Amino acid sequence: MDIFDFSDGREGYYGEFGGVFLPEILHATIEELLVCFRECKADPKFWQEYVSLLQNYSGRPTPVTHLENLSRQLGGAQIYVKRDDLNHTGSHKVNNVMGQGLLCQRLGKGRVIAETGAGQHGFATATMAAKFGYDCKIYMGAVDVARQRPNVFWMENLGAEVIAVTDGQKTLKDAVNACMRDWVTNMADTHYILGTACGPHPFPEMVSWFQSIIGMEAREQMLKQAGRLPDRVYACVGGGSNAMGIFQGFFDDNVELVGCEAGGHGVGSYMHSARLAYDDASVGVAQGYKTYFLQNDQGNMNETHSVAAGLDYIGINPIFSYLWEQGKVRFEAATDVEVKEALKLTMRTEGLIPALESTHAFVTAIKEAPTMGKEEIILINQSGRGDKDIFTIADALDDAKWKSFIDGKADQYRAEKN
Amino acid sequence: MRLQAYIEERKKEKDLLVMAHVVCGYPSFEDNLQELTIMADAGVDLVELQFPFSEPSADGPLFVKANEESLKSGTTVDQCFDFMKLASEKFPFKILMMGYYNTAFRMGEAIFVQRIKDAGGVGYILPDLPVEESTNLHALSEKAGIEPIILMTPTSSDKRLAVLGKASRGMVYAVARKGVTGSKTSMDEDVLGLIARCKKHTQVPIGVGFGISKKEDLEFLRGSADLAIVGTAALKTWESAGPEGLRAFFSELMS
Repeated sequence: MDIFDFSDGREGYYGEFGGVFLPEILHATIEELLVCFRECKADPKFWQEYVSLLQNYSGRPTPVTHLENLSRQLGGAQIYVKRDDLNHTGSHKVNNVMGQGLLCQRLGKGRVIAETGAGQHGFATATMAAKFGYDCKIYMGAVDVARQRPNVFWMENLGAEVIAVTDGQKTLKDAVNACMRDWVTNMADTHYILGTACGPHPFPEMVSWFQSIIGMEAREQMLKQAGRLPDRVYACVGGGSNAMGIFQGFFDDNVELVGCEAGGHGVGSYMHSARLAYDDASVGVAQGYKTYFLQNDQGNMNETHSVAAGLDYIGINPIFSYLWEQGKVRFEAATDVEVKEALKLTMRTEGLIPALESTHAFVTAIKEAPTMGKEEIILINQSGRGDKDIFTIADALDDAKWKSFIDGKADQYRAEKN
Repeated sequence: MRLQAYIEERKKEKDLLVMAHVVCGYPSFEDNLQELTIMADAGVDLVELQFPFSEPSADGPLFVKANEESLKSGTTVDQCFDFMKLASEKFPFKILMMGYYNTAFRMGEAIFVQRIKDAGGVGYILPDLPVEESTNLHALSEKAGIEPIILMTPTSSDKRLAVLGKASRGMVYAVARKGVTGSKTSMDEDVLGLIARCKKHTQVPIGVGFGISKKEDLEFLRGSADLAIVGTAALKTWESAGPEGLRAFFSELMS
């Protein structure tokens, strides 16, 4: 299936979802972006350049790892993991960012802006900007700045300016609004590097296109390593870019696709970011596109929560809203508590440290693997690595030795000041 | 009386009309009422009542804060419509709903149009709703006799202005510069050029907004625009100088 073939429907729409809902002042900018993107997508040389950049700079193709210990322990399906955590900067975000960096060259713009939640997209954007020589400003919710200092540290040291956004809930959605405000002012020389497959057309399609490299590689690797395609593929879904990336490799196959959202404190808690797995979201229009949002009956956005800042978001990729309604992708949620347990298990049995975001996919896979036969195969997308999230994970695991180490560091810094 | 006829009627007495702005429920509806009283006394011709939204991505810092605080204090869409009804009965100026599309989308476009009509409003401004997405809403509005206010901007090509001009009803909101609400605009040839370009593509009156804050700005627009739109400057004055300050602001502005 080609969900990006709009010849029978409205450009930029997936069923009733997607579209472009932006202030008139950005009309020309988004048109210019669309034209440039269409040229890039139609140009095989662009894709070659993109792939070779990721091979030489970010270590693609990332491997697929068979988790023999975990599979044995769970006693069900064979578990394989696509290792996008092994990218430079530690997550799949770099795929999209490098692609948009190349596209930005074609646009002839010298400045880039980006929103970031967990900081992974900001980190990747700052890295790309340093390599390509762009001016770079990253907008990040003040709450996220406080919980993700290591990523802020790297962004700043890579030469980006990081702005702590103090509006609204001070998280990812507010960083998106701040980017929009920058963009309506500076569109002449600025490209907005949106980090996920959300926002106005063509961003959902464009980000999905760049991330499709994950699924292309994974499909081939599974055929080679496991001898056949997986029965199910699991990926965490915040905005949905890593999931779109890996799922695209299997759209035309008899493979069940499972999106794993952030269940936060669980069903009925209203402290989660599960748009499709729980019943709390409804269709709305915000941040430039139409999709399922966690909003109230007045159309104002609800507070969201997740232990994983990168999943803590009100809306979902419009393509997934469509595929979910069509029954083509199943959605499940993993709670904060389940995520901590799955992370511990994965570290101990396999020596892998998935990011808290990616661990949501592990939770659902670990729950379902024992119910499947030993000859069945599942594939998890490990979209990011957790070792750079050491502060958050140490908090999540409530690690006493880590806390006393930080105490000691604080004492040292205080002594240096005096 | 529909919006365009009203503007033309008022323009018989003065050459530049003034549209003002309040964010519903910020700082409170009582404060809004005082603000509107001052605006009416000063002879303001049109007022946009902004319905607060949680993601006001086209607004600058002051209105962002106003949207947020208003929602925090519990402002609902029902209250905004009640206030619109009260104000449209009490004051001589005409009223437009201003807000973001999701407010209309959630209640349903037909209900949205009907509620504006019932509350005595003459139109609405939804800055995040492009004309491509407006077909149904514009048809409903035409039937109800209220106007969707189209925005024309400095980045709009002539081709685009032609599309926008075709959809324009009642008045056009010309955005004086790039950016969000509330920053300064230098009133110069660019603004006059934009107004001239807008006029080529629409027959309806043209209001100019974004960064209009003082009497000189109005003097500058007199003769080329039909309305001056004053938003952030009034709220800033209310916050720093209260009712007396706002009264002085408008009497100076419109003297």
